[in-house]
Amino acid sequence: MKSRHVLTGFVVLLALAPLVLPTFQVTLLNYIGLYALVVLGLVLLTGVGGMTSFGQAAFVGLGSYTSAYLTATQQLPAWLEWAAGSPWLSLLIGILLTATVALLLGALTLRLSGHYLPLGTIAWGISLYYLFGTVKTLGGHSGISGLPPIELFGLELDKGEKMFYLIWAILLLAMLVTQNLLNSREGRAIRALKGGQLMAESMGVNTFRSKMVVFLISALFAAISGWLYAHNQRFVNPTPFGLSMGIDYLFMALIGGVANVWGALLGAGILTMAKQWLQDLLPWLLGDAGKYEHIVFGLLIILIMHRTPGGLWPMLMKLAPAKLRQRKQLLPEAGAVGTPDLPRRDLPEKGELILQAKDVTRQFGGLVANKEMNLEVHAGEILALIGPNGAGKSTMFNQLSAVDTPTSGEVLFRGQSLKGKSSREVATLGMSRTFQHVKLLPTMTVLENVAIGAHLRGNKGVISSALHLERLEETSLLQEAKRQLERVGLGDYLYEEAGSLALGQQRILEIARALCADPCLLLLDEPAAGLRHKEKQALADLLSKLRSEGMAILLVEHDMDFVMGLVDRIVVMEFGEKIAEGLPEEIQTNPAVLEAYLGGAD
Amino acid sequence: MNLQIAILLGQDGITNGAIYALLALSIILVFTVTRILLIPLGEFVTFGALTMYAFQSGHETSIVWLLAAMIALDAALDLKQLFSNGMDARKAQWIGIKLGYAALMVTLMHTLSLQEIPMLAQALLTLMLLVPLGPVMYRVFFQPIASAQPLVLLIVSIALHVTMVGIGLLMFGPEGGRTAPFSDTALRLGSVMLKSQTLWVILVSVVLIVSLFLAFERTLYGKALRATAVNRMGARLMGISPDFAGKATFALAAFIGVASGILIAPITTLYYDSGFIISLKGFVGAIIGGLISYPLAAIGAVAVGLIEAFSMFWASNYKEIIVFTLIIPFLLWRSINSNHVEDEE
Repeated sequence: MKSRHVLTGFVVLLALAPLVLPTFQVTLLNYIGLYALVVLGLVLLTGVGGMTSFGQAAFVGLGSYTSAYLTATQQLPAWLEWAAGSPWLSLLIGILLTATVALLLGALTLRLSGHYLPLGTIAWGISLYYLFGTVKTLGGHSGISGLPPIELFGLELDKGEKMFYLIWAILLLAMLVTQNLLNSREGRAIRALKGGQLMAESMGVNTFRSKMVVFLISALFAAISGWLYAHNQRFVNPTPFGLSMGIDYLFMALIGGVANVWGALLGAGILTMAKQWLQDLLPWLLGDAGKYEHIVFGLLIILIMHRTPGGLWPMLMKLAPAKLRQRKQLLPEAGAVGTPDLPRRDLPEKGELILQAKDVTRQFGGLVANKEMNLEVHAGEILALIGPNGAGKSTMFNQLSAVDTPTSGEVLFRGQSLKGKSSREVATLGMSRTFQHVKLLPTMTVLENVAIGAHLRGNKGVISSALHLERLEETSLLQEAKRQLERVGLGDYLYEEAGSLALGQQRILEIARALCADPCLLLLDEPAAGLRHKEKQALADLLSKLRSEGMAILLVEHDMDFVMGLVDRIVVMEFGEKIAEGLPEEIQTNPAVLEAYLGGAD
Repeated sequence: MNLQIAILLGQDGITNGAIYALLALSIILVFTVTRILLIPLGEFVTFGALTMYAFQSGHETSIVWLLAAMIALDAALDLKQLFSNGMDARKAQWIGIKLGYAALMVTLMHTLSLQEIPMLAQALLTLMLLVPLGPVMYRVFFQPIASAQPLVLLIVSIALHVTMVGIGLLMFGPEGGRTAPFSDTALRLGSVMLKSQTLWVILVSVVLIVSLFLAFERTLYGKALRATAVNRMGARLMGISPDFAGKATFALAAFIGVASGILIAPITTLYYDSGFIISLKGFVGAIIGGLISYPLAAIGAVAVGLIEAFSMFWASNYKEIIVFTLIIPFLLWRSINSNHVEDEE
């Protein structure tokens, strides 16, 4: 593969850099590496996870100050004496401390939606910064000096040229680990955070946990960068950990390309070089009172946000030759033959009662959207829920799928009440659904979108994902996704972007995703909308086949031809109440139904 | 602490709190109408204070050229639009008026002896110089991306703040300044002296808040802005221009910001970079109000001022930490109330 050659070339160039470049340039490269490590965390957090943080500089400070305090303070308190002097030990302690602080801050702020999260990060970012400057044992505003160099295999890294290798080795490792993580089961859950949380939850993803994972990783990257920074400078003070640096980190991510691992490096590189260059140029233009480069950076960011909000990396990629751009095939072909199938759930006996609504009533203030609704779905049966617009079908669908809770009455799924259960727990029980308004992740491939459905059928965690120790399970998951896609007739589109499919195909994709969860009950919200005749026939065939395998299916649908030819029983709703229930033929001649749909015969 | 100190601190707290309340109100106003968190509001405060200071101390300032440059940019964008959309006599006239205004301000700044004119005239001139920057800023930086994602708007807002801090340094230099108080008299209340500037701040804040309230409740334009805040698309269908709404709220926010700057300039020494912390405290107030409720935000902002003043007394080193940590319980409270999973676009 050609992009691998480019990468090898890049690493070789890096390895040679300190040998040929003057010290000043090496120092700059060190800074780029240190910044890029923090920005990489932001790419994960903001670009991929959709959570904006202005507080990363504070985590850098935590890493720096922990190590500075432990290695350079003359008289540590007695309970800490064991940790004195060794940078490696203080790295470990710094990581633990940062993880604890991040867990605490994350628990407090990660549930916040919209603008509250960035404002929250500003708040704790500032607080931590002031704390560094106020605590006496941390040296106040003059900081701590006299840090020892890091020792590696008996070699003292006391010069920029030597630190260079450590910094860049750690950065490249972090990039590899991040890239690995994103291409895994956990990674898909993380990538679903931006714009797909509702969907992900109903596929069994614990979105809060995913948020916490990226928040932790980004905090740890920042802390490690801080540790490297402290022992590179050999002294720390509060200035580089303030909010303005936090803003700079975010700017770097945005300039480079906030959704891409390589964008982190590009952004850190551009901003660091530009700063250097502007600091030489601007005083000559505007006088040397200081910090004028911020005027240029601010305007540059505004320009980028206006023209290319995705940053410069995607633009650069468009210019690159096609060969370099080719995305890695996600399905490992070689492993395909011996890959074990995923374990399957025991399907219930045909005819067993799966879903039961008992006197379900849902009131919104004075409006009764559902009134004493009763219905039953059995294994190996397709039940259709129909009714004119505004009859309360969607509300009923929400009660059945545990998105909403009935005001009175209850819904039983395989004998268990759904009261108080989240859509995630319901997914665990074997209920899987599609959405009336298609919910998928448009920039991910069709295959990856469907694989999210199989989330609960894997169990490998973040660490094995980051190290790619879960490849066998990953192959099984993707294999299953591929099988379901072929089954619904989308086998030719595995590696297309999901957003490029026609609306009808996107609906089918949702069914494949739901099937991937190996459910015993499928809830389909208007699956035939937007499909062409042939596609409808194919869908009907698929649903009949699932029924013969013992699946229970409930669908809400408007297309009468589709419903009448396919389903076993029909429940008709009007004004929130059930007005009829029976076989398709009975419903077609039922006077109450005719009146509801066509108006009175007077 | 005795009563006298408590009253003194309370006085400081309420003065600052009144300013934070004004800022919190404009933050909520701008946010509800345009979805923009107006971080650069603090720079309007410092620009206002430092322009007044430059007038009074006789320092040269080139702030008028910033206005001229921004108006020229705005006019250029308007002209470009005019050429692509076809000529329109009224719009062409508007461009003329704006350029004329810029020219007038440049002439005024270079003919008046700024140090000698009365303080009221100085304040008026400061407002005339700085308030138009608000709508022009909206026109140039936000209008082209008005429908972008909230994150993009936030980033542009932060970038604008960073730029304005740099420009502040360029215009006013690194030294801070404190202006003469509006009047010299002090009010004696029993054994306690009330500083006259405190009374000015509270008086002007109350007048501003009341007139804002009246403007929004009683006038058609105020109602139009409220309508935009409730439902942008609906307001647009009713013939309310979102561009107008954006510019109008930015003008209001700029006015409040600059006025706050002029008000506190005699009390606190402000530097070119003091704005951020000030506007953030406004944000703390706004967040206490959930970015929606004006009265809650005003109460919250006054509370921030008081807490700041009293923590100054007990733990002055930890003042900022206390104020900004204060926000977290409120964020927490908000997050408990919004527990369901939401999809952001």
